[in-house]
Amino acid sequence: MNPFSSGTRLRDMIRAIRSCKTAAEERAVVRKECAAIRAAISENDQDYRHRNLAKLMFIHMLGYPTHFGQMECLKLIASSGFPEKRIGYLGLMLLLDERQEVLMLVTNSLKQDLNHSNQYIIGLALCALGNICSAEMARDLAPEVERLLQFRDPNIRKKAALCSIRIIKKVPDLAENFINPAASLLREKHHGVLITGVQLCTDLCKVSSEALEYFREKCTEGLVKTLKDMANSPYAPEYDIAGITDPFLHIRLLKLLRILGQGDADASDCMNDILAQVATKIESNKNAGNAILYECVGTIMSIEDNGGLRVLAINILGRFLSNRDNNIRYVALNMLMKAITVDAQAVQRHRATILECVKDSDASIRKKALDLVYLLVNESNVKPLTKELIESLEASDQEFKGVLTAKICSLVEKFSPEKIWYIDQMLKVLSEAGNFVKDEVWHALIVVISNASDLHGYSVRALYRAFQTSTEQETLVRVAVWCIGEYGDMLVNNVGMLDIEEPITVTESDAVDALEVSIKRLNSDLTTKAMALIALLKLSSRFPSCSERIKDIILQNKRSFVLELQQRSIEFNCILQKHQNIRSALVERMPVLDEATFSGRRAGSLPTSVSTSTGTARNLPNGIAKPAAAPVADLLDLSSDDAPAPNSSGGNFLQDLLGVDLSPASAPPGTSQPPKAGTDVLLDLLSIGTSPPAQSSSSASNILSSIQDDKTSLVNLNGLASLTSLSPNATSASPAPMMDLLDGFGPSPQKKEENGPAYPSLVAYESSTLRMTFNISKQPGNPQTTLIQAIFTNLSPNVYNDFLFQAAVPKFLQLHLDPASSNTLPASGNGSIIQSMKVTNSQHGKKSLVMRIRIAYKINSKDVLEEGQVSNFPRDL
Amino acid sequence: MIHFVLLISRQGKVRLTKWYSAYSQKERTKVIRELSGLILTRGPKLCNFVEWRGLRVVYKRYASLYFCMCIDEDDNELEILEIIHHYVEVLDRYFGSVCELDLIYNFHKAYFILDELLIAGELQEPSKRTVARLVAAQDSLVETAKEQTSSITNIIAQAANTASL
Repeated sequence: MNPFSSGTRLRDMIRAIRSCKTAAEERAVVRKECAAIRAAISENDQDYRHRNLAKLMFIHMLGYPTHFGQMECLKLIASSGFPEKRIGYLGLMLLLDERQEVLMLVTNSLKQDLNHSNQYIIGLALCALGNICSAEMARDLAPEVERLLQFRDPNIRKKAALCSIRIIKKVPDLAENFINPAASLLREKHHGVLITGVQLCTDLCKVSSEALEYFREKCTEGLVKTLKDMANSPYAPEYDIAGITDPFLHIRLLKLLRILGQGDADASDCMNDILAQVATKIESNKNAGNAILYECVGTIMSIEDNGGLRVLAINILGRFLSNRDNNIRYVALNMLMKAITVDAQAVQRHRATILECVKDSDASIRKKALDLVYLLVNESNVKPLTKELIESLEASDQEFKGVLTAKICSLVEKFSPEKIWYIDQMLKVLSEAGNFVKDEVWHALIVVISNASDLHGYSVRALYRAFQTSTEQETLVRVAVWCIGEYGDMLVNNVGMLDIEEPITVTESDAVDALEVSIKRLNSDLTTKAMALIALLKLSSRFPSCSERIKDIILQNKRSFVLELQQRSIEFNCILQKHQNIRSALVERMPVLDEATFSGRRAGSLPTSVSTSTGTARNLPNGIAKPAAAPVADLLDLSSDDAPAPNSSGGNFLQDLLGVDLSPASAPPGTSQPPKAGTDVLLDLLSIGTSPPAQSSSSASNILSSIQDDKTSLVNLNGLASLTSLSPNATSASPAPMMDLLDGFGPSPQKKEENGPAYPSLVAYESSTLRMTFNISKQPGNPQTTLIQAIFTNLSPNVYNDFLFQAAVPKFLQLHLDPASSNTLPASGNGSIIQSMKVTNSQHGKKSLVMRIRIAYKINSKDVLEEGQVSNFPRDL
Repeated sequence: MIHFVLLISRQGKVRLTKWYSAYSQKERTKVIRELSGLILTRGPKLCNFVEWRGLRVVYKRYASLYFCMCIDEDDNELEILEIIHHYVEVLDRYFGSVCELDLIYNFHKAYFILDELLIAGELQEPSKRTVARLVAAQDSLVETAKEQTSSITNIIAQAANTASL
């Protein structure tokens, strides 16, 4: 006999393992045992096979690998004795799962055992089949199980019924074979058979509509009667739990009735009385009774409408909700969630109690209650409910704050009745749990603030106040910093004071203090610090008195270890020191971050440019056109973070600029043959507007870093670069000021004008009021690049002010616009505006140039917009 | 439907696992680890339900053991508590005031009893007496078989002894 396997009994092994003091010791014992078991397996030891398997199961529970014992299970199952089979089946269910191939090998043994003369062996086989059979096994053995549903012993019938459930779940096609035998189980008196029979019918209804129809027609009345008998039955000690006869059967009957009654008025009608009886008669002082009531409420809510019953059910839930037992409150919340689709009004009545549950000490209940409140909110109650939720935010623990914050933000965004309320609520959330607020949420807040022009002052003051009290919330700091940067002047001068506001005195240096604090805060992260630097730059022009101090703060970051901060610090310092003349333009307030309001805003901001614009063509290379300001500031701001919200609106705004409307009506009369392909290409171009704008922002920051980078990024970014050049006014101005920033090294594109036209000039666009002529030339040695000088002539008797030319090209082209010579076009052709541009054709020789243009100007401060397409370029450009 | 049954001691040791839905060995270990972290840390007065991966785990503590059952969202949690109690009562009746040690040394018995109570994740028998009777009947089958084997081995041993003499 094997010296190893005979060694220890199961009990001894367990004792040895339990007496181990360390995990290493335990591993050693297990290793020794496993070695012994392996040796026994390889010797095909028969006497101790079941003991070894029992040991293996214990080892398995401890979490050690035991796959080498799988075949032993099969051998034990195949042996003839009951003890071997019993342990073999147990091992099979524990060590294997339905996805293992080995399992197929047991099919034959199972089949034999299902036909065994010993009913306990049949029972073992049914149990194993019911617990782990795969679809293939289910198909193979279904006939045996079906036959066993009529076995003489009820204990086999009930096992066969549950086994059938597994089979029909694995292979729904087999369901119809089980409908009739299942229906006959419903007439049984044995509770075990009845309970499993009802369960089988329930699952049949779920997989087969045929079964559902059959049971609904043939069995509803019988089931109602069974339930009635059950409810009225005298004390039955064998099945009694807390004074109720067989609550398990009650619950299963109610569950099946629910499925039968759902969507069928007749069946629902048939069960009304008994449901009312169960709902009123069952005692609710014990868990068993509550379990039945809970199920009964679920059934009442699901079956066809009966007003009286619903009231009864909602009342039961109300009672549950005020129960002291947490379990009962939990299931009440759970059921109310389902009830809300049936009768929202009734659920609203319990709002106060549900809100209490959001503050419960039990995490499960809190979460359930919050889910429910979320469903309860609508336009009419959003204000009080949000108030309550924000209050509970203060009391909740860290873990729950995240969930709660997300829900509040989503509610506020969804139902917000007015902007000021939205801003107020978001501010409260930010001050309370700003660290849990997701990026999209505070980005969206910035967009809203930026759009609410009448609330700018209010927002910045409220944020300033909140910032003073809670500097711990990162996102609050960011939003505050952004607003102070943008609307710092409103903070100091109390612009746009609302009646509800308390007056606040903030000096310019207070505002700078706030920004300094946020840069120096230990826990500020890179984004916040970078945003604060930009805000400082912006304030430097708004608060001239503080500009020295601002410069100092910015300079302090020059030695920052973080490259981004260091770089910004140096760049900004350069702007402050060497470029006073452009600074105020550069840091102008950001345009509104939303497509809808953008156009109006732009029109409003343009007139200010007249005063600073230099006017003559000669001054061009160094003359900084005012229009550059807003977009450059825009780019700077975008580069401060990867804000998707502002970015996407930036995309929109570019789209807006390009004119998404490509309908023929908008095609200008001048274009003789608007090529279809061209339109497609332009459409294609428009789609770039939605491509990752983050990239464009990074390219924008690169622009600042070096002119080389500027050029490569423009070239590399292909489509995006053309977008950059398209962005409103940046178009014309961005390259020049950028070069200027870097002390103007690198050749000025303006010089290339000297190359003179090598092609005849063409009239690219002409309307009754305006003519645009293109002088085209090529750079020697660079056939891909075309230099175009656009000359605009006014054909009307009116002077055009705020003249702005914009152009868009398809992806294969890159467009580089230089600043225009002027933005005022004298009347009746008494002068012209000249603007140069450079187009690089990446498909040179294959595709010819095409361009979409847009010209905006003002006649007596009335906006005029002309659009068109230029497709009459010479072919070989 | 019950997806699995777990018995976990307060120290986090697994005392019984029964899987009615397909979980690979790896997943099983992960599930046990996750759930013991989730359940063992909960305070005594809290409700007996935790939400987990879109399912719901109903647990109840008896002395040092947590009985956990994982069910679908729309199952009746309160009923599962009754089923757990039902199982505990059967165990109690079988072992005579059951304790954790009984379940450690006779873990296979705990499995046999569970197999008479649940199949395919559904309740099979509401009567504790019937369950007890069925388990006892099978135990006695095993006993008889053992006696037979030992008497046969005795005969063989005696025969061997006589032969050697």
